[in-house]
Amino acid sequence: MTKHFNRELEAIQTRLLTLFGVVEQMISDAKRALCDREIDRVARVMDRDKHVNAEEVLIEEECLKILALHQPVASDLRQVTTMFKINGDLERIGDLACNIAERAESLHQYPYFPIPDQLPEMARESTEMVRNALNAFVGLNLELAKQVIQSDPRVDQLNREVIAEMKSVMTSQSELVESALHCFSASRHLERIADHAENIAEDVIYLISGEIIRHKHGDFMTKVK
Amino acid sequence: MNVRTLTPMPEEISSVPSTRELAVTIRSFNAFYGDLQALKDINLEVPERQVTAFIGPSGCGKSTLLKWINRMNDMVLNAHANGELILGKQDVLSRQTDVVDLRRRVGMVFQKPNPFPKSIFDNVAFGAKLHFKISKSELDQLVEWALRKAALWDEVKDRLKQSALGLSGGQQQRLCIARAIAVGPEVMLMDEPCSALDPGSTTRIEDLIFELAKQFTIIIVTHNLQQAARCSDRTAFFYEGKIVEAGETNQLFTRPAQKRTEDYVTGKFG
Repeated sequence: MTKHFNRELEAIQTRLLTLFGVVEQMISDAKRALCDREIDRVARVMDRDKHVNAEEVLIEEECLKILALHQPVASDLRQVTTMFKINGDLERIGDLACNIAERAESLHQYPYFPIPDQLPEMARESTEMVRNALNAFVGLNLELAKQVIQSDPRVDQLNREVIAEMKSVMTSQSELVESALHCFSASRHLERIADHAENIAEDVIYLISGEIIRHKHGDFMTKVK
Repeated sequence: MNVRTLTPMPEEISSVPSTRELAVTIRSFNAFYGDLQALKDINLEVPERQVTAFIGPSGCGKSTLLKWINRMNDMVLNAHANGELILGKQDVLSRQTDVVDLRRRVGMVFQKPNPFPKSIFDNVAFGAKLHFKISKSELDQLVEWALRKAALWDEVKDRLKQSALGLSGGQQQRLCIARAIAVGPEVMLMDEPCSALDPGSTTRIEDLIFELAKQFTIIIVTHNLQQAARCSDRTAFFYEGKIVEAGETNQLFTRPAQKRTEDYVTGKFG
């Protein structure tokens, strides 16, 4: 029973790690489509999303099967529920990468619209957060998970800067309103990707410590210092 | 043994007080069968009107402890114990303890249903007639109350004079529970009460445990970890005669503090 259970758990974990890789590539492609205007990458992002959606359903079914058949408890239960939740976050990140790619496609119509410097930085930070969340999950690394959570305010700040800049563009140059709105949305989507990476880090902390730290980061960070 | 007038059938307590009294307190308790030490330095507090589950692999001492709480082990040759085992305020191990009265206060339900070869009514009335001065109408009332509490009344009300041995296994087990609660116990000990029952009967007993816990303190020994997780408020994990970990069931099954508990509840050993 335990061997059988572990085998199934490992199979789900392998699928989830592959999904991490695909989603990370999608963010990277979406970023290049947006910031470097490599528009051929848009189609790649969209194609990969179909695969991500199918995998998400499959992983969810496998997790439900394990819950129903093995009724895991303690660390096994935390492992299954964490994978279940990470799976949902990864699928959402995939969707957000698609949204960014769509914005990139729209912005392509405005070749002279200047992409704010903060956007590539936000993309880099968000990708780093997703990668670190993955590494924290694989290595059960509490410190790294905390680091992901601590990175989020930086992305929020960059997003606020982009919004302020876009507001100013829209006020001063009315012909750029549409392109500024696309840029505004792309920034918002990047910020949401970072939020999902943060959610994954929170789930990893639950997996390791058994503590649900959502909505109370401050208490936890102080406690585990 | 004291024959007493019938105490009023206890009412359900609708509001839970913020602090619970302890139904059973165990301190530095050791139990032996001859030279073999079955329980080592047990310390445990069992709060009243909650379900406490004892879990652990076979031979870890959980049934031994259960049987000391109502001194069933008195009947086992060479069984002896030391330390403190307090029921409410009464020292269970004291020589002065009236064991018949103790067993009225601490009812027991066994793995295999064991109704007396008597009618359904007499099974429930038996203990009450022994312990209480009670009129016929009061006895009728008490039997109905106990059978209703045990969720059996509707199934047997038209055949109270028939033999209890004609009931199904699940019904017999609920009858044993009715028989135990009819004498007004404070604590109910249940030693694997569902292990001989089918899933449907198991569910009914588990529902019953949930209802009874509003009024009685329940200690259940079970090998079914899911049952412990479903039914109990608190769980104590026994291993090789010691309590490895005791605490809230929710915590013990989601984030146990001890590695050994983790390994046991996740099926890595035992």
